[in-house]
Amino acid sequence: MGGYMGKVIRVNLTERSVKVEALDLKMAQKYLGSRGFGVKVMLDEVPAGIDPFSPENKLIVATGALTGAPVPTSGRYMVITKSPLTGGIATANAGGFWGPKFKSTGHDAVIFEGKADKPVYLYVEDDRVEIKDASHLWGKRVTEVTEALQREHEGANVLSIGPAGEKLSLIASIMSDLDRAAGRGGVGAVMGSKNLKAIVVKGSKKVPLYDEERTKEVSQEKVKILRDDPVAGGGLPTYGTAVLVNIINESGVFPVRNFQYSYTDKADLISGETMTEKYLVRKAACYRCPIACGRVVKLADGSVVGGPEYETIWAYGADCDVYDYDAINEVNYLCNEYGIDTISAGATIAAAMELYEKGYIKDEDIDADGLSLKWGDPKAIVGWTKKIGLREGFGDKLADGSYRLAESYGVPELSMTVKKQELPAYDPRGIQGHGITYATSNRGGCHVKGYMISPEILGYPEKLDRFTLEGKAAYAKLFHDLTAAIDSIGLCIFSTFGLGLPDYVDMYNAVCGEVYDEKGLLEAGERVWNLERLFNLREGIDSSQDTLPKRLLEEPIKKGPSKGHVHQLDKLLPEYYEVRGWDENGVPTEETLERLGLKEYKKYLSLATE
Amino acid sequence: MIKVEVRLFAYFREGRWKRKVLEFEDGTTISDIIKYLNIDEDEVSMFLLNGVDGPASRKVKDGDVISLFPPIGGG
Repeated sequence: MGGYMGKVIRVNLTERSVKVEALDLKMAQKYLGSRGFGVKVMLDEVPAGIDPFSPENKLIVATGALTGAPVPTSGRYMVITKSPLTGGIATANAGGFWGPKFKSTGHDAVIFEGKADKPVYLYVEDDRVEIKDASHLWGKRVTEVTEALQREHEGANVLSIGPAGEKLSLIASIMSDLDRAAGRGGVGAVMGSKNLKAIVVKGSKKVPLYDEERTKEVSQEKVKILRDDPVAGGGLPTYGTAVLVNIINESGVFPVRNFQYSYTDKADLISGETMTEKYLVRKAACYRCPIACGRVVKLADGSVVGGPEYETIWAYGADCDVYDYDAINEVNYLCNEYGIDTISAGATIAAAMELYEKGYIKDEDIDADGLSLKWGDPKAIVGWTKKIGLREGFGDKLADGSYRLAESYGVPELSMTVKKQELPAYDPRGIQGHGITYATSNRGGCHVKGYMISPEILGYPEKLDRFTLEGKAAYAKLFHDLTAAIDSIGLCIFSTFGLGLPDYVDMYNAVCGEVYDEKGLLEAGERVWNLERLFNLREGIDSSQDTLPKRLLEEPIKKGPSKGHVHQLDKLLPEYYEVRGWDENGVPTEETLERLGLKEYKKYLSLATE
Repeated sequence: MIKVEVRLFAYFREGRWKRKVLEFEDGTTISDIIKYLNIDEDEVSMFLLNGVDGPASRKVKDGDVISLFPPIGGG
């Protein structure tokens, strides 16, 4: 069987021990790898109810069977842990080159357990796996850490946390290759809680291929599809993900001022077109990616750094009512340097601005910081980002995300979150199907686990009316399951701008062996989704959290093209549970678990209904 | 005659403009406007009429806003 390297590293940081275990190939195949592998390990090995920052929590960094294989967009890896932000499962994905480089050491995944008594990093060079002292790197920003470790280990790739992860910010990310982020769910804080600063990798092994000829043939075919696709081979590489700014705004679903409005006449100031014209230095591609949606931009001081994605531009831009590209490029760079999730950070500052506007946060609360919380202030977004990264002054409160901030003033409803994680850049009141994916996403407010924007706004793979409800629950389930499969095999979800289920089956089977048909691969995704749901239910995250902020359910959009709409979750949610094979409380039925080969997890069903 | 604001995005702007108010005859459709702009209708992916996508055969009226996008994606 190809695809898998067949080995998993297990590091116990408390004992400072390293073990290399054989990957259970049958298990890997059933759960695909990456996200599926990690969630299974979390459910099987981590006891219920633990504190995410306790040594009992595990931090898993896992690749998929296709990560590093010679097929397009195979540069992805996943970080899986119990999220300190949501209390549920965290699955944070990143591209770049680190994932394939890690896999080239001959390992599929690394599981961290326990907690080191002082800062350490893990060095993996093929079969050599060592825990090394990182005291000299503690407190350092991502570029400094990366450069120092690359001086010590020439040619290695570095994954690390920044100061935000060390200081246990609940919105801290894990960074790799300087500017690729496993961003969401506070995974960087879990790494920080373990005193683990970095994972440095250098390898020489190739991913084994079941059928080399077929892999080559299939790969060429899929690359061609992506190159010929008008999005994957056109709009996305030309303008980056920021190309969405205008279409989302023109559709009246571009949240402004913490979702108080959904349209701005200033969107073009922060659009992909404007970035390309004024700030773009060059494009950047991840490992084996024919799309190259990454941006490299010039900051106001002339330095050349990784550029912001659409979501970042929205969170720090329209959501804070800021339309200053220099400031947005700078905060994106700062988030990468401090290791902060850009979506949650920008959206938390936006929530703070609304709390200030409404008089909850007073001038005396922030006077000592010398920064304002006024809408539209570019200096504020830059200044607060630094203070979040260091937990300085009022930044200490912002560092735990908008839910805990708003709750501390008695108004949690002003936090635009699902399961305490900040929503991304689309107002679901005008995109009904997207709203159901927000409400039900296992990792909380999130757009990348079921991107209904594709059919409801962008017309991919077909156009759906964004205001209607019919068929949306089933569509959302399909997108959730397909995305879980793509994540778990180790490919990039942007490949769906061109590729479909049969293409993923072709690639998986060529690399791994004739294992899956279309139904089977999609069902494997569904298995992963249900496993995440069981994890969350076990942790007490039940259907009461499958909801949206009150504003999106009760306050109609005030102006613009989607004026008058609210999200009709009450109509969609029961249907979603039904198409999932869950009961009316959102708990998978025994039949569903049996159908998916998850019988062994029936024990969690009684826990969920207790 | 009616006045319609036409907004262009991505590469449709090349050699043209970002937004402009244009005058058309009563009964003009989005298709007619696309033809007038010398854009190949097959290249248009999203035909927003006052922010709502739909067929290019829709008629426009005075004060309407048309936003035209080629295929784009991201996230």
